[in-house]
This record gives sequence, C-alpha cells and structure tokens, in this order.
Amino acid sequence: MANTNSNAYTFTYAAVMTLLVAVALAGVSTGLKPLQDAAKELDKKNQILNAVAAVDKVNADAEYNQRIKELVVSEKGTVLSGAKAFDVDLKKEYKKASNDRKLPVYVYTHDDGQKNYILPLSGAGLWDAIGGYIALGNDLNTIVGSSFNHVGETPGLGAEIATDWFQSQFKGRKIADGAGAYKINVLKGRGNAITPVEKYPYKVDGISGATITCDGVNAMLEKGYASYAAYFKSMKK
Amino acid sequence: MSQTAEAKVPVKEQEPLFSSKNRRLLTDPLDENNPITIQVLGVCSALAVTAQVKPALVMAICVVFVCSFANLVISLLRNGIPGRIRMIVQLVIIATLVTLVNEVLAAFVYDLSKELSVYIGLIITNCIIMGRLEAFAMGNKPWPSFLDGVGNGLGYGAILILVAVFREVFGAGTFLGFQVIPPFMYDLGYMNNGVMVTPAAAMFLIGIFIWIQRARNPKLVDVS
Repeated sequence: MANTNSNAYTFTYAAVMTLLVAVALAGVSTGLKPLQDAAKELDKKNQILNAVAAVDKVNADAEYNQRIKELVVSEKGTVLSGAKAFDVDLKKEYKKASNDRKLPVYVYTHDDGQKNYILPLSGAGLWDAIGGYIALGNDLNTIVGSSFNHVGETPGLGAEIATDWFQSQFKGRKIADGAGAYKINVLKGRGNAITPVEKYPYKVDGISGATITCDGVNAMLEKGYASYAAYFKSMKK
Repeated sequence: MSQTAEAKVPVKEQEPLFSSKNRRLLTDPLDENNPITIQVLGVCSALAVTAQVKPALVMAICVVFVCSFANLVISLLRNGIPGRIRMIVQLVIIATLVTLVNEVLAAFVYDLSKELSVYIGLIITNCIIMGRLEAFAMGNKPWPSFLDGVGNGLGYGAILILVAVFREVFGAGTFLGFQVIPPFMYDLGYMNNGVMVTPAAAMFLIGIFIWIQRARNPKLVDVS
C-alpha cells in the first residue's frame, strides 16, 4: 500500500476526491434542474393565487392561467409592454435605479368579474430574504389577502410569517389611510388586542421572538406600496 | 487512492449482522452514550430546531440518514484516507451527502425542502456527524459504523423531539401544529410560556434531562 502520509499521495487523493465529488454533484444538479424549476414555477403560481384564495396545488397551474392577467408597470405608473411579469425578479429590480424598475402586477378576476390586484413584495428578514404577495381589492387599499415566504427564517419564530394565522390577519385591513399614505403596521409581539378588524384597520399582530422578521415585513410592505403609488394614482383617475 | 482502500477491505468474519455487540451500537446512544446528554455534541442545533415538533422530527430523520451513510462511506475509505487531510475528507463526504439530500428534496418534495430551508445545510456543521466519523468510523468496519451512525442519529433525534414537545406544548399550546391546551384554560388565565419559544428554554430542558439521567444512573456522573 502506498504511503498514505506522503505529500504526493495526499495531493493526489485530494484532487481525485474533489473531481469525483464535483462531477457527481454537477451531474445530479443538472439532471434534477428541470424538475426543480417546474416545482419552483408551480410554487410561485400557487403563492400568487394564495394571496387571494387558497387553491389546491394540483390545480394551481390551470387556475393561474384562467384567473390571472399579468402586467408590468414602471415606477412612474405606466404599463410597460413586452415584459413578462412572471419572469421579473423583484429583488434584482429593487437594485436598479427607480426609473428602470419593472414592477409586476397580477390581476386576479373573480367569477363575478370583480378584480383583485396582487403585488409582489421583496425584502429582508433576520437571516435571509423574505418575500410575498399582497392582494388589494378594487379600491386599491383594502387588503384581500396575503401570502409570505422566506428563505431561511427560524421555524417557530420568523418562519411563522408564512403560516395561515399570520397571513389571514391582513384580510380586511387597510394598507393606507384615506389620503393614500402607507399606514398598516405589524406590531411587536403576539397577543395585542387588535380585533375587530373594523376598529383596528391598520394593525396586525406580530410574532413573539421574531421582531426583526416582523420589522422586515413592515419595511417590505411599505417599500412595495410606495413603488406602486404612481400606478395606483393613474388607476384611480 | 480508493483502489488501495478496497484492496484492504478486511476478510469477512462470521459475526451475525445483529450480534449483541452490534445491537449495543444501536441502543447505547439512546441512553448511556447519548450524543447530546453524554457526549454533549450537537447541542447547537438542539437549541435551534426544537421550537416546534415538526422541524425537529424532520431534522432527526435527516441526521439519521446523513450520519449513517457518512459513517458507512468513511469506514469504507478509512484505510486510504491521508491522515493529514482526514477532517477535510470527512467534511467533503458529509457536505456531498447533505447537498444530495437537498437537491433531491427540492426536485421531488419542494414544499418540504422549502420548510426545512436552512436546516438541511446546517446538518453539515452538526458536530455529532463529524464526531462519530472521527471517533468511530475511522477505526471500525463498515457495518458497525453504519449502525453506530443510525444509533447516534436516533439518540440525537430522541432528545430533539423530547425537547421540542415540551417547547411546543408549553410555548405555543400546540403539538405538531394542533391545539392541545384547551381554550377554556386560556379563559381561566392560563398563558403560554414565552421563554419556551426562545432557544434558552432548550438549554434549560437539556440541562434538566442531563440531571435526571445522571440521577438515575450514577455511573454516568464522571464520564464526561
């Protein structure tokens, strides 16, 4: 047996091992990529729909195609043609100058013809990026629903933003006051007296132990709302 | 290289697969040689993932898988691994297995992989796995090493789930997401214990487990 402590052996061993592992992992990653992409796309469609109403994930694709109309608007409020909303990466858009940003809007049409406007959100939690969708009613102020996601928040704490009890609180509340100034606020800690919704339209119960994630949700909502302000103005005219 | 390692694979002995020695490899880590309470390994993740039962459960399953297969692979390669880079080799094997698990989960059960998010990656840094590779797999045959990995994964998982049950029930009033503290208790003035939600509670609980375990079995007292 070769001397396992010689330099040559150590280097060769390291090189061969690295090569084998790299080839194996690259192969697996490439092979599984189409499946992973399809899963991601379905998940995104599901999330967009969930901002308005929960759907069975199996039907998400059909439901999405039937109900959602995609739009891309600029921060100045003009509708941009030629861009596909679904492929816009909001996180990248936020890094651009505000004039160059492409902002997706997903318009959800109910059976009775009523329309909801679903806006994508992107921000930062405690550990990593958070994001989500918030659906506004015809008045562009009342929240119809929300769905949040996160990359790496702590389960049981920050990750609670993606749970039903947290998301459903937004339903029926208002994102801005009568004059159109952003007002909704996720409070610190859980168990604040904030029912009924009509009496506290701008308050959402927070998560104990996840104040930074909740602050992230606040910042993300405010930023998201601000970037669509001009579009809303043009819609209300 | 690996050929030399294979050439050294020892002659098969006529030992039953589950001889009493091998069974002890599985059962010891559950109590007398528990990775968390006796070896005091893997405490970091035991504090982090135990706020709820579900992540603790999945983490336990993943650690059993990674720990057993990493032990198996390292044990197969043990005679060929250069001494000076053995830790790096161990880490590469662990990281490869974890990455494979992550990729497969993302492709076939995307929801689950989203739920586990960072914890899959965290398995790489779980000291139990490297601890067992270094302490056991480097010096033992593949089959006992595999069993040792399963046993330690289970021992770790058992403590994890036990802590998580306490934390979820007393911290949130739920078990696996279902409400278990009846609403009338809250009406009577019962409140969820906020400390249970924080990682500090896991430290207290593990401390109490260690206390109970050593009180019951005094011969463990000066082991560590």
